[in-house]
Amino acid sequence: MTGDFAFAELLASALIVLGGAFALIGSWGLVRLPSLMERLHGPTKASTLGLGGMLLGSVVFFQLVEGTWTTHELLVSVFLFVTAPIAANMIAKVHLHQLKLGKTPGPAGPPAEPGPDSLWATYEAPHKGTPGCFAED
Amino acid sequence: MNRFIPHPGLSVMLVIMWMVMVNDLTFGTLFLGLIVGIFLPLFTAAYWPGRPKVNFAVGFAYIALVLWDIIVANFEVAAIILFKPNHKLQPAWLSIPLDLDTPEAITVFAGTISLTPGTVSADVSACGTWLLVHALHAPDPAAEVARVKQRYEARLKRVFA
Repeated sequence: MTGDFAFAELLASALIVLGGAFALIGSWGLVRLPSLMERLHGPTKASTLGLGGMLLGSVVFFQLVEGTWTTHELLVSVFLFVTAPIAANMIAKVHLHQLKLGKTPGPAGPPAEPGPDSLWATYEAPHKGTPGCFAED
Repeated sequence: MNRFIPHPGLSVMLVIMWMVMVNDLTFGTLFLGLIVGIFLPLFTAAYWPGRPKVNFAVGFAYIALVLWDIIVANFEVAAIILFKPNHKLQPAWLSIPLDLDTPEAITVFAGTISLTPGTVSADVSACGTWLLVHALHAPDPAAEVARVKQRYEARLKRVFA
């Protein structure tokens, strides 16, 4: 019985350490990468495998050590996966606006236009006359 | 069936979410969950006209694939952050031409790209025909665009068939 306990605790701590390590690497990326758009990649890591590892560790601990079944961790990760891309998208959109206002672009340069007769939606809302948008055009 | 349960997928998801949130597998919780799962879609039916058909079997396979890719990509990006100096880093903007046409499919595609570490989706073109993506390290942007299209978009087309 003690052997089982030791194994469960080892597994839970390994998962928590893994999650913590990824959160730390993500934060280090936030510090050392060259410009805003590159820095955005750090936190996306922390919020996927970093938090995923910690939540899995929590499930393992409650399941094997405490013997109670918890499902809240599943819900946390579902909500996180739905909301995290939106936050990143908003930051990227603000960055696009700042580029138009004369901010120096990062090493990737400014983004290219999507086509000869269209713009990115951040710069131009679709209106009548935008090619391909409305059937009556 | 269609009249009383207009959106079976949403109903099932609501019941499961309710059970998971209350964290208690008893008949009472299931009953309350069923009430939520049946009445919420009925009351909100007016707000989602023209929703796409979803192939759930392919959808679950897609989720499994994305979860696996997230784990792999996490290690790749961790290696870049730890070992690649800034002057060797080749970040790039990718313009991905979209074959998907429903807003739901494009949203899932953009979300997938943001969740896999190493790429963040930034914008769509004014008519939703291009997706703007920033890649942390893409020495060959054209190959990266082809990979994302072939790996995720082709599968999503089958999910939202």
